[in-house]
Amino acid sequence: MQATRDFSHYVRDLGAGLQHIDLAVEGVNCAGCMSKIERGLSAMPDVTLARVNLTNRRVALEWKQGALDPAKFIDRLAELGYKAYPFETADAEAAENEQSRFLLRCLGVAAFATMNVMMLSVPVWSGNVSDMLPEQRDFFHWLSALIALPAAAYAGRPFFRSAYRALRTGNVNMDVPISIGVSLALGMSLVETVNHAAHTYFDAAIMLLTFLLVGRYLDQSMRRRTRAVAGNLAALKAETATKFIGNGEIAVVPVAAIDPGDIVLLRPGERCAVDGTVIEGRSEVDQSLITGETIFARAESGTAVYAGSLNISGTLRVRVSAASESTLLSEITRLLDNALQARSRYIRLADRASRLYAPVVHVTALLTVLGWVLFGASWHDAIVTGVAVLIITCPCALGLAIPTVQTVASGAMFKAGVLLNSGDAIERLADVDHVIFDKTGTLTLPDLEVVNAAGVPEFVLDIAGQLALASHHPVAAAVARASNVKTPLMGATEEPGQGVRGKVGGVEARLGRPSFCGAEQLAAERASLDPEASLVAFSFGETKYVFSVRQALRADAGAMISELKKRNIAIEILSGDREPAVRAAAQALGVEEWRAGVTPADKIARIEDLKRGGYKVMMVGDGLNDAPSLAAAHVSMSPISSAHLSQATADLVFLGKPLAPVVAAIDFARKALHLMRQNLWLAVGYNILAVPIAISGVVTPLIAAAAMSGSSILVMLNALRARHASQGRVSWR
Amino acid sequence: MEVMVILVPLALGLGLVGLLAFLWSLRSGQYDDLEGAAWRAIADDDPAPEDKPAEHAS
Repeated sequence: MQATRDFSHYVRDLGAGLQHIDLAVEGVNCAGCMSKIERGLSAMPDVTLARVNLTNRRVALEWKQGALDPAKFIDRLAELGYKAYPFETADAEAAENEQSRFLLRCLGVAAFATMNVMMLSVPVWSGNVSDMLPEQRDFFHWLSALIALPAAAYAGRPFFRSAYRALRTGNVNMDVPISIGVSLALGMSLVETVNHAAHTYFDAAIMLLTFLLVGRYLDQSMRRRTRAVAGNLAALKAETATKFIGNGEIAVVPVAAIDPGDIVLLRPGERCAVDGTVIEGRSEVDQSLITGETIFARAESGTAVYAGSLNISGTLRVRVSAASESTLLSEITRLLDNALQARSRYIRLADRASRLYAPVVHVTALLTVLGWVLFGASWHDAIVTGVAVLIITCPCALGLAIPTVQTVASGAMFKAGVLLNSGDAIERLADVDHVIFDKTGTLTLPDLEVVNAAGVPEFVLDIAGQLALASHHPVAAAVARASNVKTPLMGATEEPGQGVRGKVGGVEARLGRPSFCGAEQLAAERASLDPEASLVAFSFGETKYVFSVRQALRADAGAMISELKKRNIAIEILSGDREPAVRAAAQALGVEEWRAGVTPADKIARIEDLKRGGYKVMMVGDGLNDAPSLAAAHVSMSPISSAHLSQATADLVFLGKPLAPVVAAIDFARKALHLMRQNLWLAVGYNILAVPIAISGVVTPLIAAAAMSGSSILVMLNALRARHASQGRVSWR
Repeated sequence: MEVMVILVPLALGLGLVGLLAFLWSLRSGQYDDLEGAAWRAIADDDPAPEDKPAEHAS
């Protein structure tokens, strides 16, 4: 069954006859796994390096070019009990790695400078009140300048760049007051050093950069980790396609190595990994991931199939097309682009705060200067006092108030199985008061399930399961899962389009179409009970059963809905599926508002309606047809099993089968927003205390340093409370 | 106070050595896997392959 696996796409040549590959590995979470994998792989001949990265859950492998096939590594890891798949670093991830190294370098330089400038500042502080000679003080100040100025020029780049970008587009962000404060503090200190003054603020300026860089780095590393996990999950889906290479020969290749125009083979039971057109064969396909429609669609020569469709009954040959060729995809892309453009750019809490903060602080500093001049101070003294106001209000705490909470909260969400795609998603998620669910694949599980297995005798399930395992049909796969049987029935034969038959203890057993098993009457009864389900019949001698197979609701869907209602969140279902199926789901979950047969454009129209009504809408959906509405909503969420485009569009992605992460994410976000606001008020309170001291002109560098580090530490400690959700642990499973 | 002529450069020099060591360790990838490094430090066996190759062959 397994054709040759070709992983050459992922192999990197290191030169000198060495080759390199990165594998994403599932289930590595302790030191034991690490040494087990490293030993196991190093024992293979020709392997020169096998190193596990426990943070990213990856293995880096290097080997001598030649006999060794990378597929062997995956087999070896499978023997050791780990699922692995080659991994290609996405551009976005590589960029984030680079950015995080850059921040760490800046942090190292800033921390070095802070410690050494502090070492020089403390003698000055104590010398000023005792017997330090002015020449010695000048010498120390010059040394401080020599360290602080180049260090700030190097380590301040992340802030200066971002401030420059914001100013160029006519905006103000938090980095603008930071950059102004730091530059003025350094500039004034340099002038004061030249003038042999008693006070300079080199230490305050560089310490500020250090604290802010800590916040920035933490934020970045959390995001990098989330992206690494998302990348691993994508790699471990191991999406491959069976491609024709020349004379009817086939090879299994990773999807990344497939180009438009290639011909791929799609067997029954396989999920299509590419978009394309059927050129040969006849089958039914399950398009529920694309359109939300749960009834199988007919596929024959000329039919368009999309990545994520499940092939049901016959073998198909598909010609791969570029994304723009298909009408459905281009329609969805058009809607998505419109929605992204129309999305009124949400102004982040941090930017809103800095819009208020920057003018207030700068005007206060200016008024201080003018005030002192009016009271007869010299321009020099007045400007020194004005800069001291800027330094003491420099948004150290303000700059940390939001990123630290975000880091802690996204770490907590990560543990609860929620990955964040965008940084400001937490703030937007906290406002949500109306949730729209897609039905197919979101409220329901993407896999088919036997819904009436409970009333079936064990021996029937047992035999049906054994028969089912002998078939590739996805409906049969559902029966196999329901039975928990592990081995297929020996000697079972499949009749294409009909079912499977075999003998158990000399009696014939059949699983398949009702007519194949002689169970039409039973099937008609079942169909009247549950018209939406696919039916699969079973016969064993005279014993006959009919199973209803369909997508079942996620086990905790009902509990999740009632938890949301408890939080005063309105709930609505919008589905592309037909009415009876949606009605049944809505009734089972106790959701009053639902609509069926909704097109992507209708979904967007509904969201726009709600937005005009003042609602903050969260869209939870997985299908390709949901992607535009995910972009249109205030905030959006997708299960990990969703279509690629939807997953990339959604602000949050949740892992696993339960829906509990939806509620957990909202709880964490609400708590986080609360803490962000609290932190901002803490920073404001600190300023209210510190500013009068600065305005009155009695601030010394010692006071500035103590106040700044004190408020920063307070804000950081407060942020740690974001680890726990606002409404406590969600107690249901 | 003449001792400062030695002490100040010495202090700054030591700091600089620390900074260079940090930049070197960053460049050589020692911060790429902090979680793994924490476990490697307390692992009681050496995962290097050449030590006891016979044992891993199984």
